[in-house]
Amino acid sequence: MHTAGNAGYSALPAIEATGMKILLFGIAKDIAGAPFIQVDAPLARVAALREHLYTQYPRLRELRSVMIAVNKVYATDDAALQPGDEIAVIPPVSGG
Amino acid sequence: MDVWIDIKEHITAQEALDFVQTPDCGGVALFVGAVRNATKGKPVRQLFFECYTPMALLELEKIAQHTRAVIGIKKIAILHVSGNKLPGDTVVVIAAAAPHRAAAFEACQYAIDTLKETVPIWKKEFFEDGEVWVAAHP
Repeated sequence: MHTAGNAGYSALPAIEATGMKILLFGIAKDIAGAPFIQVDAPLARVAALREHLYTQYPRLRELRSVMIAVNKVYATDDAALQPGDEIAVIPPVSGG
Repeated sequence: MDVWIDIKEHITAQEALDFVQTPDCGGVALFVGAVRNATKGKPVRQLFFECYTPMALLELEKIAQHTRAVIGIKKIAILHVSGNKLPGDTVVVIAAAAPHRAAAFEACQYAIDTLKETVPIWKKEFFEDGEVWVAAHP
């Protein structure tokens, strides 16, 4: 599959709308040090986002689980990401 | 309206009971979760609940709909708090009404068990010597 290599896109003029705002909660917010982060790399799927997050914030790997929600629904690693999606990092929940 | 889902600063068991009581239901079960004053022997001073509220409401709604479609509940209220809480404070209330008691008991058990697994709410415990996000690490 031809995925968007950064090299291929870097030659093009300003590509807008690849940026994604990602919400963080609980311990994930503490690890990132912010309630949301902006990711400018074009990430096509949840799996790519997950790898990006683990690289940026290695301590996320120490958690019991890290789920990703897309538009307020739990998403699997193969789920596609679109510009404008509401994306959230969900560390292990502990309500109740 | 047969389902009441809410996340707010203060909740009471009574308001959930009042919502679900109806003449066609002979069984009402109530689950109340409160802040424990210790974890593994260490005194807990307070808790903080953080919620991804829009998604948490959707997940709670899924739980409520399951109790109606599969378990046979007529009316259900699921209330959860957000913010700072002290030992003894009520933090979650589930009231379920059904024609007969078995479904009401089952719905409360299902709802609290599922809430703890799927609903994006996080609890931080404050001890005398530090604080920890509950269940974050293996």
